[in-house]
This record gives sequence, structure tokens and C-alpha cells, in this order.
Amino acid sequence: MGMFISVETDDTVIRKGNGLAKRLIEVCPVNIFAAGTDANSVAVVEDNVDECTLCDLCTQASPDGVRVVKLYD
Amino acid sequence: MHFYEFEAKRILAKHGVAVPKGKLVGSAAEAASAAQELGGDVYVKAQVFGRNRGKAGGIKEASGAADAGKAAAAIIGTEICGAKVDRVLVEEKIAAETLFAINATYDAAAKRPVLVATDAGGKDLDDVNDETPERVKRRHLSLLGPVLPYRSKELAHDLGLSGSGLNRMTGVVTRLAEICRQYDLTHAEVNALALTSDGRLVALDAHMELEAEGRYRQKGIVEELGITDADTRGARAPTEWELEAIRIDEEDPRGLIGPAVDFDGDMGLVIGAGGGSITTFDAVKRLGGNPANYAALGGNPSVDKARRLTKLVLSKPKVNKICVISNVVSNTRADLVARGVIKGVLELGLDPAETITIFRVPGAWEADAAKILKKYNIDYCDRTVSISEAARRAVAKVYGE
Amino acid sequence: MAILLNEDFQFIVQGITGREAVNFTRECLEYGSKIVGGVTPGKGGRDVYGVPVFDTVREITESRRVDGSVITVPLAFAADAAIEAIDAGVKLIVIITEGITRLDAAMIVEYADYHGARVIGPNCLGVMVPNVCRFGSLGGPAVDVRKAFTPGNVGVMSRSGGMTTEICSTLTTNGLGQSTALSIGGDPVIGSTYADLMPLFEADPDTEAVVIYSEPGGSAEAELAKWVEDNNSRLPIIAFVSGRFMDDMPGMSFGHAGTVVNRKEDSPAEKIRRMGAAGIRVADQVGDIPDLVKEALKG
Repeated sequence: MGMFISVETDDTVIRKGNGLAKRLIEVCPVNIFAAGTDANSVAVVEDNVDECTLCDLCTQASPDGVRVVKLYD
Repeated sequence: MHFYEFEAKRILAKHGVAVPKGKLVGSAAEAASAAQELGGDVYVKAQVFGRNRGKAGGIKEASGAADAGKAAAAIIGTEICGAKVDRVLVEEKIAAETLFAINATYDAAAKRPVLVATDAGGKDLDDVNDETPERVKRRHLSLLGPVLPYRSKELAHDLGLSGSGLNRMTGVVTRLAEICRQYDLTHAEVNALALTSDGRLVALDAHMELEAEGRYRQKGIVEELGITDADTRGARAPTEWELEAIRIDEEDPRGLIGPAVDFDGDMGLVIGAGGGSITTFDAVKRLGGNPANYAALGGNPSVDKARRLTKLVLSKPKVNKICVISNVVSNTRADLVARGVIKGVLELGLDPAETITIFRVPGAWEADAAKILKKYNIDYCDRTVSISEAARRAVAKVYGE
Repeated sequence: MAILLNEDFQFIVQGITGREAVNFTRECLEYGSKIVGGVTPGKGGRDVYGVPVFDTVREITESRRVDGSVITVPLAFAADAAIEAIDAGVKLIVIITEGITRLDAAMIVEYADYHGARVIGPNCLGVMVPNVCRFGSLGGPAVDVRKAFTPGNVGVMSRSGGMTTEICSTLTTNGLGQSTALSIGGDPVIGSTYADLMPLFEADPDTEAVVIYSEPGGSAEAELAKWVEDNNSRLPIIAFVSGRFMDDMPGMSFGHAGTVVNRKEDSPAEKIRRMGAAGIRVADQVGDIPDLVKEALKG
């Protein structure tokens, strides 16, 4: 969790999506996602979370697998 | 990046423009032996930038080795045109029948390269233009082909030259135009071009400046002249604080910290890029604030860049409060700047509400920025509060009403 | 009416797949601008928010009308991209790219002149006709653009992109709309100076006053003053000159590449004097601009 933004992922949902982990890593313009324990999972790079630009590209790619929370709301 | 006189003369010589015989030295003893070698009368010239070297005592005439050594001793180590002199150029004295001045530069109004020339050389061309405009001649050049010598010939003709003098001048002017273009110079100027009694044209003094934007593609000449990357050739040497700002900027390509300049004041500025930062700086100064720094943050910086710049500004010993002011932003995001600034303040163990005197960054994502600022109790304002009013509030908080 | 743009104006974006270009392309589309194509070599066939991407400008001009191009390619390719657009017949070029040498800028502008094309920039954000067309990256997200820019009869020209928006926002807040706002660029050599653009405002029936933002460095203000004197302009001009602190800091550059005081004419003090002599009103602060405009409009 960052100071301003929290990014939560649901591993079971992401694993079910075909190539979803790879897509999440690609779409994020500020590298919040990195490869997880295997090719079908992602890890959240906590150092980058506060760089989130709220572009929604990750939540569009996986509406159920990723949640972006503004901690200041 | 300005070139020293001796560097400009090396470039001229490389391109076939005659310069006086001379030697660059760093001590009185070396100056004496250089004068001995050259024989006859010499000039001893401080190697500093600035156009008033002579008036400031940076150029002395000398006759013989002992005299040259004395002249060099009087110059080396002193401050001339704001810089400490560590090298002098010892040069043969050349007698001029006529002194010309030629400048190859750009005319921003015409948006073309321009050649400016006068037969009243040895003085600043701008001064000649103010005093005797009829003695200043001009020719614009095209960049859509090579430098055309006939333009230089026309200029030589306008200067009243004929015969071999005209042809020699055509050559020198053409080369100057080529040098300006080839090395990305803002200007290549021979401000004292002597026509000698035996009909030679010799460049007695020269000013050249490599445009900062062109330096990346001029590595060849910069290396040839032995200029290192650390040699920034600013109006003064960069401070450690300024170098750190450059490092922060270079380590993260997202966004841009404009020129960071160290000042002696106590009011920390994290201000928006380009015109907004200049306007803010003006306002702070006019209102009696004493800025600790100039550093323009823009180009959509990352949270991390804003964080690091904030910490850098607060690292200055006299600074314990900052103001964050920008023009209405377009691509830079107010919310990302807010995140970065607050993070930087918190990492130093400071209270954002106390430390950030005012946050005025209207525009892109301002609604999110407002929520963030509210959460940390930071005084913020929207676009209805002008830059100068925001600056007034900040100054009042730093210095008391 | 306005200058340079109208409802039908359609343009392309060179370098459309870059980080900032993707952003402003979306913002322009949201604002209602007509972007008919983008160019990024090697990325032809893709699309950016529905705008087709091509490898070359000519592919686009062969199949549709292109009135303008916004160039936002990396520095090393900027001159080539501008010439490519001019050769393909594009007549209005906005160059956003920063850091172009004066050699390259002068070459581009000369080439444009020979081909009857106009260049805005380099190192600018573009042109805005409120509620009609946004050509470039002025103003940010569409929702913010609407807060800052409103239609009206004040022409705005600014050497700073950010201050273009700041000044328009200040005018808007005070009930003064804009006919056309231009970020003309912060470099020493730019394609269109104040004096170059004045005849267009002069001929535009919707423009009744002009506001300029100016900085230290260069002779553009003196040139404008001369134009005003020579042409007996019907338009009152209100100027704001920033960087007064730089009067006593010769040789140092702040903000933009063009802002440096080397010679007398470069200094804010001299600019204010010269413009004042030509009857141009100079505002002490940005906040004073609206009142000066209102006063001038009353005659």
C-alpha cells in the first residue's frame, strides 16, 4: 500500500484470465505490476504504487482482478 | 557554452582564418618565455568570458620578456569580468590599418542566419550600431543550401573593399558563416579583424558560443578543444546543490526540473515550469520574499521527482518552509505534484501543514489534488487566487504578516 | 471567426504514440477536435483512441485533407518530421518538441516560407479557438480546458505554454473570452512571432484586443512595438513581462531556452520601455490584465 494509492489484486481471478498477468504488466505506464511467482500471476511493486496515474488501463483489462483505491477519498 | 578566446582562435585557425601567433600560459614565468619566443611587442590577455575585458584591466601591452611577465603577474589570480583568471594568452602585436568586426549569427525577426559587419571594429557591434548605424552592414543567409560566398562578397563590397582586400574578406566572412553553422554556434564573431599594411586579414579577437541545445551533436569539437562534461561554462560554476538537482532530473526522465539555481535566501520554492516559475519568482521578490532557490518543475513530473525536489529544497540550511505555486497546468498533474511534495515533507519528519505555506497548482486533476491537500490540512487555493496573491500569502507565512 | 483555425480544421499528430502525445490526442478528441491520422514510423496500422496510425505523412495526405500537423517527436527527428509534413503539403505546423537548435529551427521556418506554410513553435503547446478547435496540447484534460478557455474577443499570444492557459483562465474568470490563444514558443528562433501574427488578429473581426505574455531575451517585443507604430493598429495590446528579477543577472537562463539577458534589448526593463513608447499597456501583475483589457475595450 502506498501513501496515496492502494492497488489490490485477486490472484484467483488473474490466473483464470488468459495471459492477463502479462497484459497487466504491459498496460501499466508506471510499472506497478511485475511478474509474480509464475507466469500467470502478478506481484504489486509497492515502490511504484504512488506513481499510479489513475489511467484505469489495469482495471479495464481486469475489472474483477484489480482494485485501485484512492486513500485520500 | 562560451568558448574562450584561445579556443575560438583555434577554431578559426583550423578553418584557415589567420590569427596572431601566440601561446596560452598559466604563470608569469611562462608568459615571459612566451614573449621571448614571439619577440617584439606582445599582448597579454586574460582568458575570461565577457566583452569588457580590456576596460577591466584584462588586456595589457608588453615589450619584451620581463615586461610580459610583469603584465601576466598583474592579471593572473585577479578577478576580471566576474571570473578568477588562471590563464593568459600571450600574442604577437599586430598593427592594423583598418579594424573590421564581423559577426555570423541569427536574426530572430527574420528567422535567418545573418552576417553583420562594420569597418569600425574593435568595439562592440551593438555599440557601433547605436552610435553610427550607417557603418553597420548586413546580409541574410539561406540555410537551404551551402553558405554562398557571393553574400560575403556583397558584404565586403558594402564595407568599401576592392581588389585583393575584397577577395580576402569574402573568404574570411564565408568561413565565419560556415563555422557558425557547422558547430551549432549562436554566434561566431571576430570583433577585431585587422587589415594590415601588407594586405593580410588577421583575427585579433573572437567570441563564439555553442548553443546548449547543440552540444549533444558537437562532441567532436568539444573533445578536440579538451573541454570536459563537468565544464558547464555557466555564468558561474554550478554549486553542489545545483549539481544534485541536475542528477535528480537526469535519473528520472518523467517530467523536467528546469534550470535549478541556488540563491542565498530562506524561502524554498517548488514552482511550476517555464513562464509560471519566472512569474512566481518575480512575485515573491517584489513582495519582499528572499528565495532560497529557483527550480522549475514541469513537463508532467513523476511523484518521485516532485518528492526528491521537495527534499532537496528543504535540505538547504536556511529553509524550513516551502511554497508550491504554478500557473494553471496542462500536462503536469496537480495531484501527482501534491503527492510528491507531501511525501518529501513527511520523509523529512516535518508536518506538511506547517511546512507547505501554500499550494497553488490549478488545472489538470485539481479535484484530486484538493482532496489530498485537505487530508493533510495544507493551505491550498484554486485558480481564482492569482499567482501574486498566492505568493503574498506564502511570504506572509514565512516572514510573519 | 478566429485566426488560423475553424470548425472544419482537421489535423494529424506526428509522434502520436508517445507518452504525452497519447494524452493530448485523447484530450483533443474529447474537446471535439478533428484528428484524421497519426504518424509513428514502424507503428503504421495501429490506432490511438480510434485515430489511425501511419508510417508516413504522405499516406494520410493522399487519402484525406490535412490542414495542420502537431509535431511531438523526439528531438533528433523533429526537423525531419517538420520537413516531411511541409513536403506532403501541410500548411500549418505546430512544433511542440523542445530543445531544437536555432540552426534547425531557422532551416524549418525558411523551408516552410518557401512552401507557403506557417510554423508555430518550436517549444510551444499550440493553438486554441475556444469551443471550436484545440490544435495541440494547450489546457490539459477537456474539463480543465473548458474552465480556462471561453469564446470571446481577446486574442492571446504567449512565449510560455503554461502562461497561455494561466492568462486565459484569468481572463475567463473575469468574464473575458478569447478569440484565439496561441502558445508561440519559448525558443530564440520561432516560426511565428507576435509581429508575424498581429496582421491576422488585425484582420479578424472577432478580435478587439490582444494580450501578450513576454519574457526576458530577444527582440520580439521591440519588433511588435515597431509593428504597432508602423501599422496604426486598431487593436489595443496589453502586455505582461515576467522575469524582472533577471535584469541584474546577465548571462543566466531561466524557464525557457530563449530567456537570457545578454544585451540591453533582452531585459524586461527595456522591453517595458519600448512597448510603452508604442502605446502598449504593460500590466504589473497577471491579475491586473483583465482590468486593463476592460479599460482598453471601453476606449
